[in-house]
Amino acid sequence: MSETKEPLFSKKNKKLISDPLNLNNPVTIQVLGICSALAVTVQMDNAIVMSIAVLFVLVMGNLIVSLMRNLIPSKIKIIVQLVIVAALVIIVDQVLKAFVYDVSKSLSVFVGLIITNCIIMGRLEAFALGNKPWASILDGVGNGLGYGLILVVVAFFKELFGSGKLLGFEIFGNSVEQTGLYAIGYEDNGLMLLPPSSLILVALYIWIQKKRTPSLIDDH
Amino acid sequence: MSINKEGNAYTMTFAIIMVVVVGGLLAYIASTLKPIQQANVKNEKMQNILQAIGLEETNGVSREDAGKVFNDYITKRIILDYDGNIISELTNQDEIKGSAKKLKDEKDAFNLDVRKYYNTLTGLMKKYPEGGTEYEDALKSEGIAYPLFVAENEGETFYVTYFSGKGLWDDIWGYAAFRADGTTINGTVFDHKGETPGLGSKITEDLFQNQFIGKIITDENSGEYKPIKVEKPGGDYNKHQVAGLSGATFTAVGVDEMMNRSLAVYNKYFATLKSTSVLPMTDSVPAMDSIPMVVDSTLLATK
Repeated sequence: MSETKEPLFSKKNKKLISDPLNLNNPVTIQVLGICSALAVTVQMDNAIVMSIAVLFVLVMGNLIVSLMRNLIPSKIKIIVQLVIVAALVIIVDQVLKAFVYDVSKSLSVFVGLIITNCIIMGRLEAFALGNKPWASILDGVGNGLGYGLILVVVAFFKELFGSGKLLGFEIFGNSVEQTGLYAIGYEDNGLMLLPPSSLILVALYIWIQKKRTPSLIDDH
Repeated sequence: MSINKEGNAYTMTFAIIMVVVVGGLLAYIASTLKPIQQANVKNEKMQNILQAIGLEETNGVSREDAGKVFNDYITKRIILDYDGNIISELTNQDEIKGSAKKLKDEKDAFNLDVRKYYNTLTGLMKKYPEGGTEYEDALKSEGIAYPLFVAENEGETFYVTYFSGKGLWDDIWGYAAFRADGTTINGTVFDHKGETPGLGSKITEDLFQNQFIGKIITDENSGEYKPIKVEKPGGDYNKHQVAGLSGATFTAVGVDEMMNRSLAVYNKYFATLKSTSVLPMTDSVPAMDSIPMVVDSTLLATK
């Protein structure tokens, strides 16, 4: 890092991480990567593993592309990016299958679909191709966390109200044995288990986010 | 001499090097992790079979432990043909090897991929919608086979069947364990590839699976094969009926179809067991006091 004059966590670099969490969130503001946010949020553990997988692919992809940014021929830059992302995703998929088989079973096809997650290609193309490796890593971490934040928040509400559990622990009691809240007539909301409920939750999230941060509202 | 980065030669060279490097890396990773992945799949299948027996000892077995204790419980691995005749029989002394390349060459019931068979089967069912002898001959020539696992625990015998069918979106499959009388179900395990979470996916939950315990697949009076029906939820059910899942009609229809189709074949084998009186007499069948059911009248009928 001898060539960088600025400190590792300068104000500018900190912004690379904090921006995607709120002001420039890839899911709620840029509306990228919505597809997987809708599909893998039924359970918290799935959402967390998915977030980690995307974070890994994003950081590594950003780093590799940034290191190679002066080597990549401009004619085939999209193909090169795609190959890098695809290779990383296959590695993640294989590792999940070998070490966390149950999670990989429930994530099924969605791990493979990280390849087409718009956030990843978007960050590679928009940021990593034109920035130094360290800044690219921070950008990857920021966007990965921003994506993961939405996934985990949505999954929290979906699992809590859809099956009365959090990370598999029964919060509202057991629905089969009719204990806890179920004893007084509470029932799980089946809609919460289906993809449409994520749309509602993401929309509510955007509403609250914009209410709290007026600068996000477009002036007409 | 500087390299022209916009030139075709550079682009081609870059692409070739990239593909070779990435391809080599992925091939290496895939081949390193393959044994662990295959062990996972194998252990999961063992876990399912053990759970289907429905014993307290095998019900809560973890995936890792399933591989170790599988051979303690499963004494025989049998392959049946469409008529219920034994094609191949292995015992727990025989090692479980990798599967044979062709389905027809498969000698180990554990390696039989019933989901693959189902694809062949659907083709034949379309070709011969009426059934009949032509259909049965085609089944035999295609080598459609049925795996059966014989389990022993403290002197009791259990027969675990394994079958596959189609749910709403994708494959469903399941295991059903029968008691020594060859008609009473002692436990079931179902799984699916892509049923709707929270609706069809509920076939994997105990609430659905435990309904099958104590149900019978032969008529109490005549002893003929009588399939188990997955009915609409709500109401009373006799010994040949279970409750389906509300909101998952097609998954329930799939369960109903795959069980009836497959169990009809297994029943032929159970029938030959009964006629050759290999099966134990009524009094040696254990009383499962934890499970509410009626065994005695069934057994009297089948004798």
